Amino acid sequence: MAPIVEMINIIDDEESISSSTSDEVCLSNVANSDTHGENSPYFAGWKAYDENPYNEIDNPSGVIQMGLAENQVSFDLLEQGHAMASFMEEIRGGRAKFDPNRIVLTAGATAANELLTFILANPGDALLVPTPYYPGFDRDLRWRTGVQIVAIHCDSSNNFQVTTQALEDAYKRAQGKNMKVRGVLITNPSNPLGATIQRETLEEIFDFVTSKNIHLVSDEIYSGSVFSSSEFTSIAQVLQARDYKGADRVHIVYSLSKDLGLPGFRVGTIYSYNDKVVTTARRMSSFTLVSSQTQNLLASMLSDNEFTQNYIKTNRERLRRRYEMTIEGLRRAGIECLRGNAGLFCWMNMSPFLDDNTREGELALWNSMLHQVKLNISPGSSCHCSEPGWFRMCFANMSEQTLEVALKRIHDFIAQRRKD
Amino acid sequence: MKFLSRKATCNSHGQDSSYFLGWQEYEKNAYDEITNPSGIIQMGLAENQLSFDLLESWMANNPDAAGFKRNGQSIFRELALFQDYHGLPEFKNALVQFMSQIRGNKVTFDPSKLVLTAGATSASETLIFCLANPGEAFLLPTPYYPGFDRDLKWRTEVEIVPIHCSSSNNFIVTKSALEDAYQRAHKRNLKVKGVVITNPSNPLGTTSTREELDLLLDFVQDKNIHLISDEIYSGTVFNSSPNKFISVAQVLKDRNLADNSELSKRVHILYSLSKDLGLPGFRVGALYSNDDTVVSAATKMSSFGLISSQTQYLLSCMLSDQKFTSHYIVENQKRLKNRYDKIVSGLRNAGIGVLPSDAGLFCYVDMRHLLSSNTFEAEMELWKKILYQVKLNISPGAACHCTEPGWFRVCFANMSEDTLSLALQRIKDFVDSTKPGDESRGSSRSSRHSSRSVMSLTKKWVLRLSSNGHEPER
Repeated sequence: MAPIVEMINIIDDEESISSSTSDEVCLSNVANSDTHGENSPYFAGWKAYDENPYNEIDNPSGVIQMGLAENQVSFDLLEQGHAMASFMEEIRGGRAKFDPNRIVLTAGATAANELLTFILANPGDALLVPTPYYPGFDRDLRWRTGVQIVAIHCDSSNNFQVTTQALEDAYKRAQGKNMKVRGVLITNPSNPLGATIQRETLEEIFDFVTSKNIHLVSDEIYSGSVFSSSEFTSIAQVLQARDYKGADRVHIVYSLSKDLGLPGFRVGTIYSYNDKVVTTARRMSSFTLVSSQTQNLLASMLSDNEFTQNYIKTNRERLRRRYEMTIEGLRRAGIECLRGNAGLFCWMNMSPFLDDNTREGELALWNSMLHQVKLNISPGSSCHCSEPGWFRMCFANMSEQTLEVALKRIHDFIAQRRKD
Repeated sequence: MKFLSRKATCNSHGQDSSYFLGWQEYEKNAYDEITNPSGIIQMGLAENQLSFDLLESWMANNPDAAGFKRNGQSIFRELALFQDYHGLPEFKNALVQFMSQIRGNKVTFDPSKLVLTAGATSASETLIFCLANPGEAFLLPTPYYPGFDRDLKWRTEVEIVPIHCSSSNNFIVTKSALEDAYQRAHKRNLKVKGVVITNPSNPLGTTSTREELDLLLDFVQDKNIHLISDEIYSGTVFNSSPNKFISVAQVLKDRNLADNSELSKRVHILYSLSKDLGLPGFRVGALYSNDDTVVSAATKMSSFGLISSQTQYLLSCMLSDQKFTSHYIVENQKRLKNRYDKIVSGLRNAGIGVLPSDAGLFCYVDMRHLLSSNTFEAEMELWKKILYQVKLNISPGAACHCTEPGWFRVCFANMSEDTLSLALQRIKDFVDSTKPGDESRGSSRSSRHSSRSVMSLTKKWVLRLSSNGHEPER
């Protein structure tokens, strides 16, 4: 069953903006704007998939969905029979402690990120976000909040790690545009990179936000999808090591959509070290509460420690195997990936295969991948990557057989391009 | 630079009002028949707890619905992955069908015009985001649901301008009141984007008359603005006379307007299962609009508050069982009517009248004669007495922006019948202890508050009740 959203036609949007006259009853700027961001290739690819989805038997030449970061490898474990805080602790191998009173539940991380933005920033203010980043942020952080995103440029020269220089540069750029910077938002492990942020980098980022007296939001939605537990450092650990000094500027976002593969159940959470943020978030969560029916189901599931420990361990292992299989298959096709250690996707470098080392060149390749090769992968430009040629490819939302088919198609495509 | 946003530090969440303070006090000292019989009885919470047994027995007879099964097959994986903001089709189909049933099948709704949200709280805010920019305004008849101050204004930065209604005509919206509100907004340099009504009304429990609805439609057409009709209580109409509840959808239909006419596109309906089915915990809300752009934008916005697929599936099974829903609607109405009759008669025994009403989970109670003066300070004083001495949490009219002091909203469907009896007894005892002749009460009461006037006021209400088709008082 096609799991995704149908995207609005670009033309309709333009019409609605230009055709509203003073005689017609107007809608809000928010309703008429494009900031929901759904006109990007990220979403157009999904539409193409929706119209022609691959099916092993009924439609073997359909588009394979690889733009969907969903974790479907561990469903059977869930059919067996608590509290979010202890689950978050378990994911971090007990290396960080979470106080259940600081947890605010929201209907998904989408809601959590928007809610935090409403609390931390005023319309017109800016959040600094390292590129490449999850395309949904353009909508989640900006649309109804009126807040801006200013990119912290990262590139392949250092595996896209955030540097203090890049932070300073982004901060200055925001100031140059007369925007008040309210905070930095990182995703750790990163989407789309599929890699954890190193501890030293986290320390640098924390020092930076402290020096500027701004907030730090750490979206740790993929924390349970790190292939090897020891390789993930949460910002919570950094704070704990510093005795929580200055912690009230830090807020963590989490969700069960990726680690447990339950995006349909809409279970997200905000964890804040700032009392006022917790109080305000709790009030605002009225707009986005989790169904009590679902909370009930998950409370029993998450408090079954034997189950959760086994699940986390097995899930990591299966993801790691999928990752290995994917990069091996890509390597055989002649495609290198960023060394990843987490997430439901890998970050592929297809720049050697661009006709033009530009954004247009990247989109042209993306087009071929979608319409000829029939693979929906996400172009780096939709993630605001500053270097053309990188693509995010998801590997956990399909069967192993389908993944093999996808890898074969890529292999053949590249081989063909080499001949031409 | 302030560390948090203006939204975080301002008071627009409205949660400092007495509406919420009463809840807090209740929480500190909640009544329990056995463990805390002298605790505060919660009568400020508009919840429907009368018909859970019907839901529970349906669930027991239909285990697949909550067991992630369809025709005996597990659909767990399918539901776990389902996050399409267009909603589960079988749920939307069942929901529009239920909405139609509630309206006596006089109107039908198109599922493609329905947007699902996590509760009506989310639906109303989302609709405002779609219709208005920060600083613009909506007109609301008073008294209105206190939560609107947060839901419609907080994050949207939109203003509410009240349409003053008065007890002299049972709080019905008049043309002059509408025009007056519109002018007041204009004087404040606020651009009016629409009118928001709640039909049936919270806190009044009354249903809008056809004349009112026609008046409102003509008004919004003339001013070129929107009309939002929050019909969250549409399934709680306990007056079984036909045509007691008229949905704005019905009035539009009766005008023979096409769905894509200009006026139809400006009328939007809000709904939820929190009151009719008594399921506030499941977060099931919806907005309905004939305007494609609104539906499209609201659908995307619903990403910020989707309904759990697990819950959508359960309710799709329940609501498509039409035999069950027909029975539920009728039985639920009967039980609400019984409660309403009980509370009205109990209050009358205490010399207290209510606004005659036909729906809702509460009644709007006239305690003006118990005020020490015709002021909101006196109302607050009375409210506090009732909260701390009588140990009842009821909602003062001021919290609902009522223009006349002395009216209180009292809920009756969120407790057992015994608890309601106890509450009524406490009220009677309180009123008896404050009858004229009691020196400690103070002297500034005008003659119209004498006990004789209370009796004649009560007679007036009895007559109104009879003429509205209620059963004669027992």
